[in-house]
Amino acid sequence: MITVATVLARVPGLDEHRLRLWIAEEWVRPAQWAGEPVFEEIDLARVQLILDLDRMEVGVAAMPVVLSLLDQLHEHRRQMRRVVDMLEQRAK
Amino acid sequence: MATDPYETLGVSRTATQDEIRTAFRKIAKKNHPDLNPGDTAAEDRFKAANTANEILSEPERRAKFDRGEIDAAGQERQAQRPDRQYYRDFAQGQGGARYGAAGLDPDDLGDIFGEYFSSREPGGSRPRKGADRRYRLEVPFLSAINGATERLTLPAGETVDVRIPAGIEDGQALRLRGKGDPGRNAGPDGDALIEVGIVPHKAFRRVGRNVELDLPVTLAEVVLGGKVPVPTPRGEVNLMVPAGSDAGARLRLRGRGVAEAGSTAAGDMFVTLALVAGPRDEALETALREWQERHSDFDPREALRRSA
Repeated sequence: MITVATVLARVPGLDEHRLRLWIAEEWVRPAQWAGEPVFEEIDLARVQLILDLDRMEVGVAAMPVVLSLLDQLHEHRRQMRRVVDMLEQRAK
Repeated sequence: MATDPYETLGVSRTATQDEIRTAFRKIAKKNHPDLNPGDTAAEDRFKAANTANEILSEPERRAKFDRGEIDAAGQERQAQRPDRQYYRDFAQGQGGARYGAAGLDPDDLGDIFGEYFSSREPGGSRPRKGADRRYRLEVPFLSAINGATERLTLPAGETVDVRIPAGIEDGQALRLRGKGDPGRNAGPDGDALIEVGIVPHKAFRRVGRNVELDLPVTLAEVVLGGKVPVPTPRGEVNLMVPAGSDAGARLRLRGRGVAEAGSTAAGDMFVTLALVAGPRDEALETALREWQERHSDFDPREALRRSA
């Protein structure tokens, strides 16, 4: 189980206050178990990404915009992959 | 393989910390793998800049590098950190839908290509079950022994009360039907699979359906016998210690192990007596010396000697 403590140990340079803020802002959306956030590997990678963006001086105000654009980019890439899969199946 | 960190960041050897930070940021902004999901060259540039920055952004490490004590990969002859996994590695897989862009319905695709991919095609517009979602969650030892209900809030905000059956084993999975990814083309939703890890207890140990405990007792309690309070997974009970019990004796408390579940009866608890000498006492020592004289022919290791 990946707890808040695990995330802090695995992501150098992150503090609990910021992590909890990002969860409150819903930039990271972990599940909650017995009242505490529990993370999956994808959440951990996303935390690392937000920290990188933060270091690139993407501020608190701009972060949701950047994340939303990234989520749309990935959504489109997933859809593109589905189209390619469908085309491949059709070609068989 | 690794090139000079100054070269990588495009700064001079006399660059200030500010210049280094600015140079790194510039490269990072352009080449971060998550901002360039399809571009492996960008990833290489980002990794190189990251390594260079890790060396040069810390004055101490930078000085070490300048003195030639660490190489351009930042290594002091130690194992390299495992490669980091980027967000895009997850976002592009099935699980990425978890952070799907709001307002984009994956079924839009079906609408757009619906005519093109007729229902003859495998997986086309046929109903498909949503993917299962896996969670690894921990439960306290006593919840696993007694059974419990814990609340799980899914990433989407839905709450589910998860019933943990008494006697659940470490690593066992619970299936919550319909709590996974949504199905496609009116197919059923996937399930949530919860793999349960059991947090060990400080005092109790579990062996199958039984619970084991080491119970500290005094010399008086083993010699004279009597009732001794014992913590169990379901509250304290009194255990009758027979007079003249040996240290290390195993006593059974029936039905005090894993709680009964359905037709399975409750397990037992086994208590092992652990002798605690307690504060020194001259009168006791005198009495024991007299005891030794009276029983000088008693050898507790006689049986051991015969079998060894």
